[in-house]
Amino acid sequence: MEPATTILAIETSCDETAAAIVINGTEVRANIIASQIATHRRFGGVVPEIASRHHMENIVPVVAEALAAAGLSFTDLDAVAVTYGPGLVGALLVGLAYAKSLAYALDKPLIGVHHLLGHIYAGFLQYPHLPLPAACLVVSGGHTSLVYLESHTSRRILGATRDDAAGEAFDKVARVLGLPYPGGPELEKLARQGNPRAINFPRAWLEEGSLDFSFSGLKSAVINYLHHARQTGTEVNRADVAASFQAAVVEVLVTKTIQAARRTATRSILLAGGVAANSSLRQELAAAGREAGLPVFCPSPALCTDNAAMIACAAYYQYLRRDFAPLDLNAIPDLPLY
Amino acid sequence: MLVLGLDSATQVAGVALIDGDRLVAELFFNTRKNHSQRLLPMIATLLREAGVKLADLDGLAVALGPGSFTGLRIGLATVKGLAHAAQKPVAGIPTLDGLAWNAWEVPGLVCPVLYARRQEVYTALYRWQEGELCRLTPYQALDPYSLVDSLKSSTMPVYFLGDGVAPYWEVWQQLGTRARFLPSTSTLPRAAQIARLGRERLLAGKEDDLFQLKPLYLRPSPAERQAQLKCKSCP
Repeated sequence: MEPATTILAIETSCDETAAAIVINGTEVRANIIASQIATHRRFGGVVPEIASRHHMENIVPVVAEALAAAGLSFTDLDAVAVTYGPGLVGALLVGLAYAKSLAYALDKPLIGVHHLLGHIYAGFLQYPHLPLPAACLVVSGGHTSLVYLESHTSRRILGATRDDAAGEAFDKVARVLGLPYPGGPELEKLARQGNPRAINFPRAWLEEGSLDFSFSGLKSAVINYLHHARQTGTEVNRADVAASFQAAVVEVLVTKTIQAARRTATRSILLAGGVAANSSLRQELAAAGREAGLPVFCPSPALCTDNAAMIACAAYYQYLRRDFAPLDLNAIPDLPLY
Repeated sequence: MLVLGLDSATQVAGVALIDGDRLVAELFFNTRKNHSQRLLPMIATLLREAGVKLADLDGLAVALGPGSFTGLRIGLATVKGLAHAAQKPVAGIPTLDGLAWNAWEVPGLVCPVLYARRQEVYTALYRWQEGELCRLTPYQALDPYSLVDSLKSSTMPVYFLGDGVAPYWEVWQQLGTRARFLPSTSTLPRAAQIARLGRERLLAGKEDDLFQLKPLYLRPSPAERQAQLKCKSCP
């Protein structure tokens, strides 16, 4: 049997200061998250400078808590992993500078992890034997991509959004509906009381066969619908708007994911990213997968939103192939997923 | 007592090691390269060349601010990682105190000025009294014209230093021959001063709390400032 590999991972790419300790990429010994949602709510979104300041204050307590929760000390670690992009550069730099110092001081390898790869590996954290190749839909506040996962070392982008990310569209529509920050989960709650077929919002399929996405037209259609209603004095059923908008997003995401899986003949489908916590998306994708005869893997919602356990899992596979980073590793706010 | 000092508050990246009263090693780069990429390799080089292990250190000192927000956070996060892993005490040192020490025993006022954007400088006034450096004003972000106006009533020479000197050169000239300037070798922050002052703080038992230590920003974030402005304009 392989000796156990214990990895401490740190994630500060946006507004969560997170640290986790994971053994062999599957056994989560600690998964600590200091959320800043309450702080950013009054600004209606994440304020980068404020997020960076909070990371600075949270970083040591969060890591100390992770070690305590795992019942481990620094000397038990085999590697230190950290998200180095994409994300808010000032926020990334706090976790990165701290993690690099830890790795240097402990004389352990440093592993730089791509934030989106972390989201994808939330799937392997929960389902380590997930059959490959897999078609993975990554949906978050900043990204919407379809990724062909051939193996742990080979992947390819099949399609991506050309404008707004799906999560971004959720947040913007939530705002025009007067919902508090963070808008995505609030919109989902409201949508549960509405009729998804009440309003026929547009679905952007783009050119024949395209696996890219576009959500800005849909967002504008919702804004125009509300604007028109206001001008004509028509009463708006906000729950119907939320449900119909969500149905439009989910239908496009699910349809293109199934197309991607069919075209590349994958053995499974994986859902990843913060928007993967959306229960309508999870249900619709699972149903479509059943129909297509493909197993669909949706990590539990707590692993879909930003966390460091997923970073530790991605780092484990990098550890196995000795994919280590030098001490001059820099934060890359627009790091591409190759 | 071995103390490692770091300063990344301005464009200068500095690392220094002192052993008691002895400056053992110092690295200084005023070359604009990214602190995020440079700082930790500099520490590794300095310790390796000095033949000192992290475990040998008695403490760490870091320039706490004011300065570039990002630069301050890179320095402090780096120190937090080292101190947390190696279980060493930490002392945060105000950047302007370290800079004022570059003007050792000058006869007059010491006025470090750091470039702070928004037409302001980070500054404080100091004076040497019987070998002690005394700070006369709070650390603040000031527009250089107001700063000079406040200095006009005095008759003492004023020694300016820091990266805020050059951008507002004409402003300081309003003081005529009373305006003095430190040479280029003494005008920028030096990690050796941070290490020295850090050692003093640690010897005095004034260790900072690693869990809570945060930069001395002097300014709220732009978003918070906007929010404050809005509140003030409320009826």
